[in-house]
Amino acid sequence: MSPTLHAQTPTERMAVAFARVLRGAGLRVPLGSVLTFVDALGRLEMHDRDHVYWAGRATLVRNPEDIPLYDRSFEVFWLAASAADDAAPDEPLHITLAIDDDSDEGDDEQGSSEASDDPQITLRFSAMEVLRHKDFASYSDDELITAQQLMTRLRFIGPPRRSLRHHRSRRGRRPDLQATMRSALRTGGEPIRRQWKQPGEKLRRLVLLVDVSGSMEPYARALLRFVHAAVSGRQRVEAFAIGTRLTRVTRELNSRDPDKALTQAGNRVLDWSGGTRLGDCIRRFNDQWGVRGMARGAIVVVLSDGWDRGDPEVLGTEMERLHRVAYHVIWVNPLKVTPGYAPLARGMAAALPHVDHFVEGHSMAAMEELARVIAMESTRG
Amino acid sequence: MAISPATPADVYEALSAYGYIPDEGLATSVFLAMTLQRPLLLEGEAGVGKTEVAKVLSRWTGGELIRLQCYEGIDVSQAVYDWDYSRQLLHLRASEATGESLGLTANKLEDQLYHERFLLKRALLQAIDHNNELPPVLLIDEVDRADDEFEAYLLEVLSEYAVTVPELGRFSALKTPLVILTSNRTRDVHDALKRRCLYHWVEHPDFEREVRIVRMRVPQALERLARQVAGAVETLRTLNLYKPPGVAETIDWAQALTALGVTELDERTVTATLGTVLKYREDQERTQQHGIADLVKQAFERGFQHS
Repeated sequence: MSPTLHAQTPTERMAVAFARVLRGAGLRVPLGSVLTFVDALGRLEMHDRDHVYWAGRATLVRNPEDIPLYDRSFEVFWLAASAADDAAPDEPLHITLAIDDDSDEGDDEQGSSEASDDPQITLRFSAMEVLRHKDFASYSDDELITAQQLMTRLRFIGPPRRSLRHHRSRRGRRPDLQATMRSALRTGGEPIRRQWKQPGEKLRRLVLLVDVSGSMEPYARALLRFVHAAVSGRQRVEAFAIGTRLTRVTRELNSRDPDKALTQAGNRVLDWSGGTRLGDCIRRFNDQWGVRGMARGAIVVVLSDGWDRGDPEVLGTEMERLHRVAYHVIWVNPLKVTPGYAPLARGMAAALPHVDHFVEGHSMAAMEELARVIAMESTRG
Repeated sequence: MAISPATPADVYEALSAYGYIPDEGLATSVFLAMTLQRPLLLEGEAGVGKTEVAKVLSRWTGGELIRLQCYEGIDVSQAVYDWDYSRQLLHLRASEATGESLGLTANKLEDQLYHERFLLKRALLQAIDHNNELPPVLLIDEVDRADDEFEAYLLEVLSEYAVTVPELGRFSALKTPLVILTSNRTRDVHDALKRRCLYHWVEHPDFEREVRIVRMRVPQALERLARQVAGAVETLRTLNLYKPPGVAETIDWAQALTALGVTELDERTVTATLGTVLKYREDQERTQQHGIADLVKQAFERGFQHS
């Protein structure tokens, strides 16, 4: 549904056209914002390019991530520059090719420029990740459909924490003046019965970090179903996909319809089945979201096999940081069940000391176990 | 009379005159917030000076600054209004003791109790039920810390500029307050609230602007020191720290250095005062690894450019 605006003045026509360009670029521009934009333009110098730029920034953009898109669209729209030139503006970057072999794990990305015998290649930044859009909503496997149905039944209770809000209670220890007053009115102003209150309880936030790299491919789809069940099943859940970069998928997974939700999430995650840079992603999560508040006092669940192309030391430090602010950290590893498996992946080994629960994640039963572990935390609170 | 700027440049000049040097984007956003009478949502890293914008706006416009600090679990009784229950109880006892309550019906008694004089007005109601000639500046600080339900309530208040107290009726604003919301982005503010507001993402200032800010806020600091401090902070921000220093830290640092009588950065004073800029042990270690001597050298070089 796209509401139509009967654009009258040149300003209105221009604003509507620009909004259309922004929408085409992937920005969400509601009609209300366009009207505010028109309003804002009316108060400014229309021929001053900067004024128009900032009026649009203030009224049409609502997330810092959208600023580059806005900038590019603005350039395109106002300077009529060719979109094609802007599509790949990234500068070439030297990177070390990650080889699927344990022997090169010792090199970290920063140190690689000195090591001359490393296979080096110059690439454009955007090609560094394996950018593959995958339509993971179209499942062919019957088992996955069954699993999905089972997963929607999972309920996440999760442990409560003390909230600031009080509610009435007979056993509370603080006098409830409001309730005392109300009951005193009933007895002609005599506060005969004193009322009490106590702090309420609130669900802790649940944060899910799902590894969507190549090595996790067989499990990632199923795990994302699990995450979807978690996100739509209760409030206060945040979900992120981790791979070569960190992508927040909470909003995409919020839709009730699992197929739609997963398609949306799939559109959002650009590094589906690329490599893994666990340490960097967890670091980015800590910097941008976690340590700032999202992970504080929350239950953080990492769903990953622990194979990390980056420096295991980074992963160790970042997991430690995460563990310091989170209430509990749970690591779900689908490989844990493999006979003879020991957490030999170096990333996994580095992360383990900072994990409260290490559980398996290969099957439906394991998922149920995970839901149980999350709920169980409440009794230990 | 309420101030109404004619162009973003007016806002820029006024804010600068009152001790805040904005960039062009912020000046335009504030201008639009004032002329369109819309709330302005400022997002950005901690310490880039979001809260300061509201304070300086209050100084400039002369409107009273009313601050609502948000936190998890904040509700109507802390943000909008509450009844003063202890005084109500006292009043009940008193009217009973004097025998006054005997002649009153229960309804009359209740009317007495739920009178405006027992109403505790919290920030939001204060901003709306405001009788001064100048519209107040309402600062809703760290809105990302409040819960979703509170945000929904806030949206209602900010669209109507009115509050209903069931026992008394509706309060609506005679003069629209100038509303500044800030968020550190620990979680996303709901889209509906964002749509109601104008939006500006506050960045760290560029070098020259930061030098001017330091000069303005720490007038005792010499130009040379201000340039070096700004230069060093600029380098620190590139070191991939957990908490890159904000303008607030730059000012703190410059103040600390001036208090110590330092006129020029050197390795020893930087090491001694690094704690005023970097608040994490890991960040200090990383800076040590980068090399304090290098940091000072880069700061000197930066300090000499364009000067």
